[in-house]
Amino acid sequence: MSRSLGRVSAGDGRREQRQAGEEDFRSYYGRRVLKEPVWEWLVPAYLFAGGLSAACAELAAGADLTRRPRLRKAARLGALGGLGTSMYFLIADLGRPERFHHMLRVAKPSSPMSVGTWILVAYGPGVGVAAMAELLPSRLRRSRPGKLLGVLARPAGLASAAVAPGVASYTAVLLSHTAVPAWNEARDRLPFVFTGSAAAAGGGFGMVCAPVDEAEPARKLAAVGAVTELVTSRQLDERLGVVSEAYRTGKAHRLRRWSEYLTAGGALGSLLAGRSRAAAVASGLALLAGSALQRFGIFEAGVESTKDPKYVVVPQRRRVDRGEQA
Amino acid sequence: MTVSRESFFGPLDDVSGDAGYTEHPERVGFFTDTSVCIGCKACEVACKEWNLLPDGGFDLLGMSFDNTGELSANSWRHVAFIEQPAPPREASPAREADAVDLGLPSFDLPGAGTGEETRTDFRWLMSSDVCKHCTHAGCLDVCPTGALFRTEFGTVVVQDDICNGCGYCVSGCPYGVIDRREGDGRAWKCTMCYDRLRDGMEPACAKACPTDSIQFGPLDELRERARERVATLHEHGVTEARLYGEDPNDGVGGDGAFFLLLDEPEVYGLPPDPVVPTRDAGSMWSRAGVAAAAFAAAAVSVFFGRSRR
Repeated sequence: MSRSLGRVSAGDGRREQRQAGEEDFRSYYGRRVLKEPVWEWLVPAYLFAGGLSAACAELAAGADLTRRPRLRKAARLGALGGLGTSMYFLIADLGRPERFHHMLRVAKPSSPMSVGTWILVAYGPGVGVAAMAELLPSRLRRSRPGKLLGVLARPAGLASAAVAPGVASYTAVLLSHTAVPAWNEARDRLPFVFTGSAAAAGGGFGMVCAPVDEAEPARKLAAVGAVTELVTSRQLDERLGVVSEAYRTGKAHRLRRWSEYLTAGGALGSLLAGRSRAAAVASGLALLAGSALQRFGIFEAGVESTKDPKYVVVPQRRRVDRGEQA
Repeated sequence: MTVSRESFFGPLDDVSGDAGYTEHPERVGFFTDTSVCIGCKACEVACKEWNLLPDGGFDLLGMSFDNTGELSANSWRHVAFIEQPAPPREASPAREADAVDLGLPSFDLPGAGTGEETRTDFRWLMSSDVCKHCTHAGCLDVCPTGALFRTEFGTVVVQDDICNGCGYCVSGCPYGVIDRREGDGRAWKCTMCYDRLRDGMEPACAKACPTDSIQFGPLDELRERARERVATLHEHGVTEARLYGEDPNDGVGGDGAFFLLLDEPEVYGLPPDPVVPTRDAGSMWSRAGVAAAAFAAAAVSVFFGRSRR
């Protein structure tokens, strides 16, 4: 019944006394100004799965053109698997999942979720056709539909690869295009963290699933992605003013620190992964885990930044006091 | 209808016109004058009754008389109560002049005075918060289904038969107003009594307000009236009176529901300088475009170069 009878913090609007070094600010009983995101773990899980799928689609197209059949097969299936789980996560997170198709009523440039919906609509069929061609039992390949599928697989894969960079990057705008301080303030950097994280995950997946002699592009992609992710992710900790604290503290910090260890370890491991399958699998798994933890960490920082009124009030108050226009 | 830069950010004269209405009534809104709010919560009750909003449960929050806490899917008006030391007042000439001599015989008794010296330095601020019906509404901009729409009155309303509960609007609102209802899954917020407006009636909260703290009407008229009210209060020595959300040059292009406050907005739980996230849509997409191009370039280049095969 009574949630916080004993609490009297700053209800009179007096400046809240905080630990030394923290900024004073006023608030309504220390309550949040913004609503917390209603999204649950499904959304960061989608961010990971979508990024993984996009990077796999790129590897699949490249492997197809450079005749690396086993990398191609693994990546095509990875792209479909990532997309399938993405779709599940996205729909399950709706308050009314049975109405998911209402997303297709409109195309709204002002809504990154609407833009993303249409990016996925453009992306999905190519991924599906390419993966179907891999899954087709050999006895059906000679049939007329089987042959057609074989012919369509390459253009379908290339089409999805053309859209994949959009799939990997739009999710950064999806988060930044909100009032959530930790996501909004990170808007200039988040796309690079996300595409880096996607490339690391896709590369890692290729290293795990394809034999060493075909997996060189996967190793390279993983290394490039991991380095991008590591460098840009650090900027979130340091360059976002007050809001960086949401990234540097609590659960978000713990998740992202582990992400950093795993991603850095996986990147180093990818240098050895050309010689040993075991090293390739281990570093690939580390990269996948690092990418996932990065998404969960960023998600968590956003949620935290809506719970504490500090992240809303302090930067806005500073702007007003300096007489700056929004 | 044309989509210009003004459709996303900055002052916008004809908000319904920008949304595609060719003929429409003038934009209406709320002016909530908190200097005359008595904290009766009639607005909260009237809103609940008219809009058939579910019970929010019985909470004692320990926050003065506020046991509602905040705006939510089930509370579309929320009266905030702030107990604080009153700002020091200088004797105001206007006040002295207003005193009327009734001509009654008087003599000084011990302790008798104007009353001024017996007052404590305490004051109780009350303010009825509501959805701001922004000129550039973060919730409306991000809604991917078209469930949120701009009405002919310039207000912002959710269509409950369209909303699929994606929750994007909840994070898109820079005021923390709209929320998803537990057990229902859809997003809900103040409609400014869209049904009543269409029948030419004022919203339930404004109708119920016994002190006219909540005033409803054409937005231009309300803005004019609010400026006069602030001037009067300043004349009477209430120098801390200020308007919140009335400026079309602010981060959301001005609010359809704005306020007269007696302290900083954050004291009432309002953001001091909210900005619609859509302001940065262009730059965010271009950064994402650069990142996407780099991603594509990396994906192509890893297939070139010497292979150890």
